[in-house]
Amino acid sequence: MAVSVSIPTILRTHTDGAKTVEASGGTLAQLIDDLDGRYLGIKARLVTDGSLHRFVNVYVNDEDVRFSGGLQAAVADGDTVTILPAVAGG
Amino acid sequence: MARYDSPLDALGDTPLVCLPRLSPTNSVRLWAKLEDRNPTGSVKDRVAQAMLRAAERDGRLRPGATIIEPTSGNTGISLAMAARLRGYHLVCVMPENTSAERRELLAAYGARVVLSPAAGGSNQAVAVARQLAAENPDWVMLYQYGNPANADAHYHTTGPEILRDLPWITHFVAGLGTTGTLVGAGRFLREHKPDVQVIAAEPRYGELVYGLRNLDEGFVPELYDPDVLTGRFSVGSLDALRRTRELLEVEGIFAGISTGAVLHAALAVAEKAAGVGDAADVVFVVADGGWKYLSTGAYTGDLKEAAERLDSQLWA
Repeated sequence: MAVSVSIPTILRTHTDGAKTVEASGGTLAQLIDDLDGRYLGIKARLVTDGSLHRFVNVYVNDEDVRFSGGLQAAVADGDTVTILPAVAGG
Repeated sequence: MARYDSPLDALGDTPLVCLPRLSPTNSVRLWAKLEDRNPTGSVKDRVAQAMLRAAERDGRLRPGATIIEPTSGNTGISLAMAARLRGYHLVCVMPENTSAERRELLAAYGARVVLSPAAGGSNQAVAVARQLAAENPDWVMLYQYGNPANADAHYHTTGPEILRDLPWITHFVAGLGTTGTLVGAGRFLREHKPDVQVIAAEPRYGELVYGLRNLDEGFVPELYDPDVLTGRFSVGSLDALRRTRELLEVEGIFAGISTGAVLHAALAVAEKAAGVGDAADVVFVVADGGWKYLSTGAYTGDLKEAAERLDSQLWA
């Protein structure tokens, strides 16, 4: 079993249009490295200067990773990772 | 005392009610802060009045002025009532994928509504409002996403009310939009009780709303202060709607759909506390009532179908 990763429309150019892909890793950073091995260039869109891009939000099982260790947040087989661009609410 | 000098003065001091049937145990309790009991029926009345008063104090707003504001609805409705009573004109820029009731209410209060494209959601409303403000330099944009009076309203009213009514609060949960409620009330609560957990529930919409051309078009409100928060949940339409119905069926509270998302996060932290045997008193914000969402068919019929219909709408 792997981690299911939901890709937002804006990043699907890297995944041949796939909405959901699988990846593996014990931390979010490892997971993103694994993704980049298959979908070249996606890491550069998600990570700038060693941390998550300002306008990218990543959730592990619906919880924002910025409150659970950022790129070092733990992920495990069976988890769902959701990547979304930051948009306005209100 | 519940006597007021004018309709606008009947603001705040809203009830905080325990929800015994939804609370996981006798020592892990849920409390709802009923913000629908404000003059136009939403938490945004606090924000609108605070922003107007601040702009009047600063001399930015003079009698007869035109106000422009990007809003997905509630802030616009609150501003529309206050503007009408205080002698201002109002132009609201609102995404076209918002409920019909919001547009009707704004029109009834005499506001002019400019619709922005559904794709891009509130980001587009902000962009269109900025453009209109640039073209009409005499208009005043209060700009709820970056106006300190927004968070200050909650720092000075919502937060103190909650602490007064429930000094043993352990968790505060609210919706994340402009971030004003969480940052303002959360900051007050943590200054007085540093251990209070401040949890955000952020709506997760259908893909249309995230339709940016590039990531640098993303948006984080200027008011946002992540240091005030201790956790942040993303809640999709199905979970939000399921909880909205549960709140009505189990506790009788008829709330808007964003409240369902907030309840979903509140129950997650409450059940976590119950699971490890901690006592907890979890306060969550009921931002508005369900009236403005009836036309979406959210409250009756098949849950999944109703959630699918909502998915491309801005329901918070």
